[in-house]
Amino acid sequence: MRVAVHVNGRPYERDIEPRMLLVHFLRDELGLTGTHIGCDTSNCGACTVLLDGKAVKSCTLLAVQADGADILTVEGLSQDGRLHPVQEGFWEEHGLQCGFCTPGMMMLAVELLQREPDPSEEAIRHYLEGNLCRCTGYQHIVHAIRYAAQKLRETRESS
Amino acid sequence: MVVTRIFGARIKRREDPRLITGQATYTDDVVLPGMCYAVFVRSVQAHARIRAVRTDAAQAHPGVIAIFTGRDLQEKMGLIPTAWLIPDSDLKTPPHPPLAVDRVRYVGDAVAVVLATTRAAASDAAALVEVDYEPLPAVADPEKAVQPDAPRLHDDVPDNVAFHWKVVNGDVDRAFAEADVVVRQRMVNHRLVPCAMETRGCVAHYNKGSGELTLWMTSQNPHIHRVILSGILHLPEHRIRVIAPEVGGGFGSKIPCYPEEAVVSFCAVELGVPVKWVEDRRENFVATIHGRDHVVYLEVAARKDGTITAIRGKCYANLGAYLSTAAPGIPTILHGLMMCGAYRIPNVHYEVLGVLTNTTPVDAYRGAGRPEATYYVERLVDLVAAELGMDPVEIRRKNFIPKDAFPYTTPTGLTYDSGDYERTLDEALRIVDYAGFRREQEEARRQGRYLGIGFSTYVEICGLGPSQVAGAVGFQGGLWESAVVRFHPTGKVTVLTGSSPHGQGEETTFAQIVADQLGVPIEDIEVLHGDTDLIPMGWGTYGSRTTPVGGAAIAVACQRILAKARQIAAHLLEAAEDDLEFENGRFYVKGSPDKAKTIQDIALAAHLAWSLPSGVEPGLEAQAFYDPPNFTYPFGAHVCIVEVDPETGEVKVLRYVAVDDCGRVINPLIVDGQVHGGITQGIGQALYEWAVYSEDGQLLTASFNEYAVPKAHQVPRYETARTETPSPHHPLGCKGVGETGTIAATAAVANAVMDALRPLGIRHLDMPFTPERVWRAIRQAQGPGGIP
Repeated sequence: MRVAVHVNGRPYERDIEPRMLLVHFLRDELGLTGTHIGCDTSNCGACTVLLDGKAVKSCTLLAVQADGADILTVEGLSQDGRLHPVQEGFWEEHGLQCGFCTPGMMMLAVELLQREPDPSEEAIRHYLEGNLCRCTGYQHIVHAIRYAAQKLRETRESS
Repeated sequence: MVVTRIFGARIKRREDPRLITGQATYTDDVVLPGMCYAVFVRSVQAHARIRAVRTDAAQAHPGVIAIFTGRDLQEKMGLIPTAWLIPDSDLKTPPHPPLAVDRVRYVGDAVAVVLATTRAAASDAAALVEVDYEPLPAVADPEKAVQPDAPRLHDDVPDNVAFHWKVVNGDVDRAFAEADVVVRQRMVNHRLVPCAMETRGCVAHYNKGSGELTLWMTSQNPHIHRVILSGILHLPEHRIRVIAPEVGGGFGSKIPCYPEEAVVSFCAVELGVPVKWVEDRRENFVATIHGRDHVVYLEVAARKDGTITAIRGKCYANLGAYLSTAAPGIPTILHGLMMCGAYRIPNVHYEVLGVLTNTTPVDAYRGAGRPEATYYVERLVDLVAAELGMDPVEIRRKNFIPKDAFPYTTPTGLTYDSGDYERTLDEALRIVDYAGFRREQEEARRQGRYLGIGFSTYVEICGLGPSQVAGAVGFQGGLWESAVVRFHPTGKVTVLTGSSPHGQGEETTFAQIVADQLGVPIEDIEVLHGDTDLIPMGWGTYGSRTTPVGGAAIAVACQRILAKARQIAAHLLEAAEDDLEFENGRFYVKGSPDKAKTIQDIALAAHLAWSLPSGVEPGLEAQAFYDPPNFTYPFGAHVCIVEVDPETGEVKVLRYVAVDDCGRVINPLIVDGQVHGGITQGIGQALYEWAVYSEDGQLLTASFNEYAVPKAHQVPRYETARTETPSPHHPLGCKGVGETGTIAATAAVANAVMDALRPLGIRHLDMPFTPERVWRAIRQAQGPGGIP
């Protein structure tokens, strides 16, 4: 089947098997391997991307369901060589260790901060419910997201 | 000695930019031209005879390139070895073929491998492989497995006991005979699944022209994998290149040599095409090693004043169906020898039976034997305190090894390097406001709320370790570490380390060591690891050894560089070496700091070699193979406060305070990260995680739906603090911190839960403290009358 999508602002068109998952499409067809696969039951969230602005687990969608969509992956987060505030937060606050869950965590954080510019620690922890991290114990991830929230608010206020 | 602020600084990690931009290369991201995909056919039976493996239908499936069964590989590959042959035991190592030949022994045992042009095709074809099983009785429980009528797994291990091992010292019988109080308890330290977020995988490429096999794999120790694979594949070691690219967590599960990477390598050589295999998560749950899994009978003898005089125990350690790489050493050397904890207990008798069962093999999972020891000792100390009506803090103070007793030799034969156990406990009590909490607890109890506080004053053995000791305890390798520190002509530095970090941040902390030692800006230093063609022989990352051993190797190499640089500087400055000062990367003659040669000047001069002192070779690089004189022994006091809801049985962690002493700290941000993650795995074991087997050997918790890895809202905000007691034998005073959190945490949580439940008449419960288990225990303890 034919699938046409925009990923990180670039148009792509591919002929694929109908059973292909979106995550395999991104990784294997487009070579965007920043999105990871951590499970096969939609529990871990390592494959989280933004689909038309909404965080989705790309292992839970067929690529054909994404036809016509605008997708953002970790590779598209930085703009003009500048890190996204969420990326900056993860770096500054040591929000990652092995880095495997990180792209999914960051994409979810981007969505959270779009919806809620100043989330409490508790709100962040509940929002992360669908994403597993085995390394950090989450505390530095929470700090990273708080950092990014602050940064985004500052940017908004100054503009 | 150079003093700069980079050592000990909270700097952000240098490995992060590639990881946060999606530019890192994990094993599954490696794609080679013409690559095919392997999928394993795995046993669905816990124990069965294989009557036949029929591959015709699978072979005919479109895209299939080849299928191999156990019988096909029998003559072509070696067995999967065990690499820790503990001495003074009757250890038997039953043969472990890369693919099962005539019998399967656990659910997940690999029976055949299917290779096809796409992963989907290989998967589809694997489903068409028909294995004709004749089911045999199976056993999953280690206590049942040693019964005379139990099903037998291996013909050469008639009682399913792979080894008996014990450590005995002092007059244990007398201590028990003379004890004022004896406390006995059976404890279960249940089975866990490591669950690194990246599953295992590999890509194998064999170049027929050069005869070199290149294997990208998820490895914590590429050189160990290379040497073991060389034996299994009958390929010379120098013709194998193992690359550990970005590795998405290991926690011990990427130490062992498993069948799959060997089989995939064989296929790549045999077929002459690159082969990729990546485990899916369900496969990971059954095919990658598990951790813990003990049943232990414990006794402790004490005097009325709380002095503990002896500890005695018998441990049934479930090792699964085959002895994985380090399996025999985990419940013995890394566990049994730590059974006196942080206490001056003079008499010990501890026996371990290594038991084979129809379950996934058990090997090192974060802490590996030491969390189990800490859990037993810390629970026992609390049980004695409860029996004597003592405060858990006071009994600890009473029995601590005092700070002036170091180096301290335990009755199990270890020598703790340094410690000040009371200091960490005092600090933890201050942070948590112990007296205040006890008042709050009293008040809460009057309101029908059940709060509890739990202590874990742990000590751990890490920094594995002196090679002579490794040999003496049967580890089939050395435990030193290698380092190369190499100046380039422009003054930039490349560091090669035999450690193989996979998230622990040593690309940063090792660069901090080098920057500190050599006075080079950290931006000018690159730390490389994880490639056997690039890095000299090394032993990898596990056992909290990377900083204590790998870091020490780097420090020693830096000292060698400086010794040579000093010679060259003296020559260039026309001064005597002894008259030179070295400060912030500059050599100068004492008293005239303005006339200096920077280390970068020296590096250039060394490479140009236009004017070197006589007898000095060109170039500026040094290598070190550092073999530590002893292990390191980090310690600390962890305090957990919980609330138990008596109506639902739910346990909520309200506070968690961790005061750790890991010697000198290179980067506090990274140390905090290690501690947080470690505690979370410990809390995971205490409250959520549980690998459950049915009686007949089916793993009932084989996905994240059933196996509860802690989520963000299930763990508290951690309060961390540190004391610094340097290791006296480490060049930088460091001790290691990779496992402390996991080693300490389960006991702290368990003691807190038991403290909360004490007024309800509950003395001991086994983990995990699931709501159901706690609720049932409360109901049982209270009888029909219900909660008071």
